[in-house]
Amino acid sequence: MQIVTANRLTDGRVVFRTAEGRWSEHLAVAAVLDPTAAAEAVVAAAGDVAARRIVEPYAVEVIVGAAGPVPKTMRERIRAGGPTSGTEAAAARLARAA
Amino acid sequence: MYVYDSFDRQFVTARVAQFRDQVARRLCGELTEEQFRPLRLMNGVYLQLHSYMLRVAIPYGTLSSRQLRTLARIARTHDKGYGHFTTRQNIQFNWPSLEKIPDILAELAEVEMHAIQTSGNCIRSITADHFAGAAADEVVDPRPYAEILRQWSSVHPEFSYLPRKFKIAVTGAHDDRAAIRVHDIGLELVKRGDGAVGFVVFVGGGLGRSPFLAWKLRDFLPEQDLLAYVEAILRVYNLYGRRDNKYKARIKILMHEAGCATVRDEVEAEFERIRDGALELPAADVARIARHFALPPLTDRPAVSDREEAAKAADPIFARFVATNVTPHKLPGHASLTISLKPIGGVPGDATADEMDLVADLADRFGHGEIRVSHRQNLILPHVARDDLPAIHAALLAAGLATANAGLVGDTITCPGLDFCALANARSIPVAQDISQRFADPARAAAIGPLDIKISGCINACGHHHVGAIGILGVDRKGEEFYQITLGGSADDDARLGDSAGPGFWPNQVADAVETVVDTYLARRASPAETFLATYRRIGLAPFKEALADVVR
Ligand code: SF4
Repeated sequence: MQIVTANRLTDGRVVFRTAEGRWSEHLAVAAVLDPTAAAEAVVAAAGDVAARRIVEPYAVEVIVGAAGPVPKTMRERIRAGGPTSGTEAAAARLARAA
Repeated sequence: MYVYDSFDRQFVTARVAQFRDQVARRLCGELTEEQFRPLRLMNGVYLQLHSYMLRVAIPYGTLSSRQLRTLARIARTHDKGYGHFTTRQNIQFNWPSLEKIPDILAELAEVEMHAIQTSGNCIRSITADHFAGAAADEVVDPRPYAEILRQWSSVHPEFSYLPRKFKIAVTGAHDDRAAIRVHDIGLELVKRGDGAVGFVVFVGGGLGRSPFLAWKLRDFLPEQDLLAYVEAILRVYNLYGRRDNKYKARIKILMHEAGCATVRDEVEAEFERIRDGALELPAADVARIARHFALPPLTDRPAVSDREEAAKAADPIFARFVATNVTPHKLPGHASLTISLKPIGGVPGDATADEMDLVADLADRFGHGEIRVSHRQNLILPHVARDDLPAIHAALLAAGLATANAGLVGDTITCPGLDFCALANARSIPVAQDISQRFADPARAAAIGPLDIKISGCINACGHHHVGAIGILGVDRKGEEFYQITLGGSADDDARLGDSAGPGFWPNQVADAVETVVDTYLARRASPAETFLATYRRIGLAPFKEALADVVR
C-alpha cells in the first residue's frame, strides 16, 4: 500500500495527504491507497503545488500496522518521524549545561 | 578580521533585497518551484528531508564574537535553538521557514555575513587552516589570499555556471590542516629562499564517487599571479570540464581523463595570455587586505605560564585538556584553544545558541573577540594567553564544552546523514554517537592517541570518509542501512585515500568494527609513540581485515 507525501511550501515541513485531500503533519491520518489510487492522488496533488500549498509530492510504500501506516524505507520513516538524533541530543546537552 | 567596504555592503544588502523579492514572488505564485529552485540554491537554501536548510558561509572559518552571537540569535529565534558546523567551515540551520529566510539573511548582512555561493555549480566559500594567523608553524597567513579569492570569485560572471561546484582551500603552513589535497584547487603558501611569497598549486583533488588526491600543477606561483593563474585553471575547466554527466563533471575527472600534463599545458598557455594584466595582484593591495588580518594586540609573556603549570599539576582533567585541545601559538605565552563540538554521545558539529553565546563571551574576555570554525567541526579561540587557560577551561567545563578529545577517537568528522540530508543512504550521527560512547573513557582515548574517524552518509563524502584513518561510508543495502569501512586514509601533507577493509557492517556492528581496528592497532603498534597511521602504513591492511572478519561472523 502507499501514502502520498510532500513538503509544505512555506516552511518545508513534511506533510501527508489525507483521505479528504488535505495535508497533515501526522502520518497516522495519511490516506492509505493502492498504487493506482496513490498515483491518482499524486496527480491530484499537482493542484496543491499550483495552489502553493506544497512542493514535490510523491507516493511512499507503507506497511499498515495497528498504529497506522509505517513507511517501508528508513528514509521515509525518518522523514515521517523526524531526526533520530540531533535536536533531541542538542536539547539534552542544553539540559545538562543548565 | 576583514571589514566590508561600501561595495561589499551594498552588494550583500542588494542580494538580500533581491532574494526577499524572489521569495515573495514564489509565495504569491509568480514563480514556480522549477523557476525558484535555482534562485534559492544560489542563496544557500536547500529543501532537505524535514525542512528547508540554510547554509551560511563562514569564509575561511573566521568569525567575530559579534557574528557568532548573531548566529546564536538566529538559531534561537528562527530555528530550533542550535546550528550545525560543517566540514566546509560553514554553519547550517536545519529548520528555517522559507518566509523567514530573507529576515535571517538581513540579520546576517548586518554582521557582514551571507549565504551566497554556498550551493550551486560555482566557486564555493573559500576554506583555510583554522589556526591561520596564529599557528607556530605558519609561514604566511593564508586568510588575506582567501579573502582576495573570495572577492574575485563572488558572482564572477564567467564562473557562475561551471560544470560542477568548485572548492578552493588555502594553507599557510606545510602541516596541512585545511585538507588542500582533496580540493579542486589547493594552495599552500611558501616562502622562497629569497623571501618571495608564492604558492604550491594543487589541482583536481576531490572525494565523492570517484576520489582523487590532487595533482601538483606548480611548485611555485608568485603571489602577484594568484588570480591570473587561478582564473586560467577555472577557464580551462569551464571549457573542457564535462557537462554531459554530473558524476564526471568535477575537475578531478578532467585531470584524470586528459592527464595532468595536458591540463597544465592548457593552464600555462592561458596564464601566459592573461598574466600581467588586470588580474595581477599589486603588492599594495595585498598589504591593504593583509592589514585586516593583523594579529590582535597580544602582550609579551613568558613562554611558560606558571599559572598554567600549577593548574596542570593540581588538576589532571585540565592537564588532559591542555594536552589535547591546546595548540602552540606563534607568540610565546599564547596558544590556540580548540573547543570540541564532540561531547560524548553528542551530535558532531552541533552547537546550541547558548553554547555559541558562551563561546562568543569567552572570545571577548580572553581571545580578542576572534573565533574560528574548523573543517573538523570544532570551534577555536585562536589567540589566548596561556595564563588564561585555567579560567577558560573552567568556564567550558561548567557549560559541558570541555571535552578533551581534539584529534582523538571521539573527534569524528560526521556529515548530517540520513537524519537530515535528502541525498543520504544511511545515518551518520548515530554511528558517531555509538563510537563516541564506546570510547568515552578519556584515559583510553588518550592511550590510543591521534585517530581520525570520518563518517559520510552517502558516496558524496561530505564527511571525508576516504581520507579518514578510519573512514565509514553509509550505503543502502536492499533498503537497509549498511556501512563500509576504509582504513589508512589521511588528508594532511602526506594525504592518502583509505583502503577498503571488506564488505561492510550492519549499524549495530560498526562500533564493534571500529573497536576491533583499534584493538588490532594497540596490539601491533611498535610503541605507544607509533600512531595508528604509522602502524597501519608499516603493517598494512591484512591484519586489520583479518580481525574484522570476526566481527562479521
Ligand atoms: S555525504 Fe551524503 S549524506 Fe552526508 S551530507 Fe553529504 S550528501 Fe548528505
